[in-house]
Amino acid sequence: MSVLVDKSTRLIVQGITGREGSFHAHQMIEYGTRVVAGVTPGKGGTTHLDVPVFNTVTGAVRETGANVSVIFVPPPFAADAILEGADAALPLVICITEGIPALDMVRAAAALENSKTRLIGPNCPGIISPGKCKIGIMPGSIHKEGHVGVVSRSGTLTYEAVDQLTRLGIGQSTCIGIGGDPIIGTTFLDAVRMFNEDPETRAIVMIGEIGGNAEEIAAQYIKKSVKKPVVGFIAGQTAPPGRRMGHAGAIISGGQGTAADKYKAMQAAGIHTVHSPADIGSTIAKLIGKSAGKSSSKAKSRLKSSAKKAAKRGKR
Amino acid sequence: MKIHEYQAKSILARFGVPVPRGEVVLKKDEARAAAQRLGTKVVVVKAQIHAGGRGKAGGVKLAKSPDEAASLAEHMIGMKLITPQTGAEGRIVRRLLIEEGLDIQREIYLSILVDRASGMPVFMASTAGGMEIEEVAKERPEAILREPISPATGLLAFQARKLAFGLGFAADTVNAAVPFFQSLYRAFIETDASLVEINPCVVTRDGRLVALDAKVNFDDNALYRHPDYNDLRDLDEETPLEVEASKFKLNYIKLDGNVGCMVNGAGLAMATMDIIKLTGGSPANFLDVGGGASEEQVKNAFRILLSDPNVRGVFVNIFGGILRCDVLASGVVNAAKELKIKVPVVVRMEGTNVEQGQEILRSSGFNFTVANGMKDGAEKIVRLAGGSR
Repeated sequence: MSVLVDKSTRLIVQGITGREGSFHAHQMIEYGTRVVAGVTPGKGGTTHLDVPVFNTVTGAVRETGANVSVIFVPPPFAADAILEGADAALPLVICITEGIPALDMVRAAAALENSKTRLIGPNCPGIISPGKCKIGIMPGSIHKEGHVGVVSRSGTLTYEAVDQLTRLGIGQSTCIGIGGDPIIGTTFLDAVRMFNEDPETRAIVMIGEIGGNAEEIAAQYIKKSVKKPVVGFIAGQTAPPGRRMGHAGAIISGGQGTAADKYKAMQAAGIHTVHSPADIGSTIAKLIGKSAGKSSSKAKSRLKSSAKKAAKRGKR
Repeated sequence: MKIHEYQAKSILARFGVPVPRGEVVLKKDEARAAAQRLGTKVVVVKAQIHAGGRGKAGGVKLAKSPDEAASLAEHMIGMKLITPQTGAEGRIVRRLLIEEGLDIQREIYLSILVDRASGMPVFMASTAGGMEIEEVAKERPEAILREPISPATGLLAFQARKLAFGLGFAADTVNAAVPFFQSLYRAFIETDASLVEINPCVVTRDGRLVALDAKVNFDDNALYRHPDYNDLRDLDEETPLEVEASKFKLNYIKLDGNVGCMVNGAGLAMATMDIIKLTGGSPANFLDVGGGASEEQVKNAFRILLSDPNVRGVFVNIFGGILRCDVLASGVVNAAKELKIKVPVVVRMEGTNVEQGQEILRSSGFNFTVANGMKDGAEKIVRLAGGSR
């Protein structure tokens, strides 16, 4: 199993005729994702990559029964594209676009409060349930179907972690890039909660960054509610304060959002922290054993025993 | 993007925020003339640099006469100001703001920024004016008032009143504070600011509310909406290599170490710095060449990070997704040819077209060290750069 996206996902690509949108739509189709529609205002009625193109998201949903959309439109129009997806009542919208003005996202986030739409991103690589559905810009080939959930604020650093896992024979249930901006839709807490509730996800990798306190909030939840092993890494341990390290959200400001604080919170929550990004895969391997990624027998017994423990705790 | 205090004040004044009368000067005679025109008993001479903590460092002085203003100006122009925010290298003072002296009754702190957790702008106010807000947050968090603002309604009058009464203002000062706070919020929104900070905002003896200092930072992502802000940029205040990098849309931040880093993606770039440090070395920079870098960009990235004289070796760490390894390798080889690279280069590549990339490096005739994984790469470059002892 997986979270949020799988073989039943029917995808719209907003900005399908643009350079980025076109390239990645092609990659997603190659991977096996069911891209059922594209949206480019003014190009409705045409086809692109054999996919029908619509003028509006509502039109695309009506005609194709799409249930997820991914956004590749340029920053000045991206917040509008997100809200168009929400207006069409899509349960899930993924925004890849980097460089959206913060106040555009403030307005979009406020509007999303009253909608049923979950947003992933912006400024993110997307989401992939290996072997089932790839939505975004990650290289599909490095992934492997399995049982580790990965959530991360970064793009290439996530690929690095996934690559380590796959090389060790450990597959992934779903990998979610939540994005490097200060204002994002899906948070660490949301993703960890979904992985926790997904019976097929047996371990979680959480890759944070300096800035904000989203990792700390997720750590509190993990401490209280997560029995699955969690491995945590924070990028930017050596970053100087007051400087924006590439991602708009990666900045230590006013003494807040340091890697040290995040490590402390994660350790207090029982998360297995690693200080070297090269140790993410091997630490998961140690915790779950190689087999968890391949077969499910060992992990199932693990699940059972943890369920028993939980029941015991409940009695007490 | 940061701007100077005098620029921030002129912007805020346009939105109706009261600021002291003042003039920007570049020379001592201009300082004297400005002080004469202001005509107050006391004028304030303020060094204009993009860093806080100026007062304690000697960058803000009072002058009791135009002549004193001139002599202070003579001393301050060209001086190197070192504050906790400038780092050890300090900043050269090139401009001064000469302002009227005010009869100050009390000082408060005001700021507006976007709160990440709630995703909303938040108006912060504190009675501890003139103090670093981080200090106040640590020692007396209850002294900071916070008012979240809905983007749909903006800062409502009752919210401004809540803040003003919370600061302990008398009724007539509250009446002045409401339009002041609302103007400040309008300036924040309409300029696409990431931060507006007034520290201190003062209440004068005659009951006026004035922004004695002002800091406005703009959201870099929104600069395309404000082409006129380009004129406000002061390149003297930025690190030359960072300015050069920004011309090629490269994300470069200079650090103090000796291992140059070239990485794609911000997260991986930070993680690369981290692993170099863990291995006993010290990164010379943060450099994200971006997801879709061209050969030309890779070459420029190399040129820029090698312009740092401290660099004793370069670690290229690329996880090719959109950026293909063959494109990267060609860029690295071209850079090596053109720049006659003398320092050791360790290349770690993974992802799209990695075989072609490695072939390009092998057949280039240069002695690149190929690394197998991030850890291996970090160990190799730290050894070659002589960083690990």
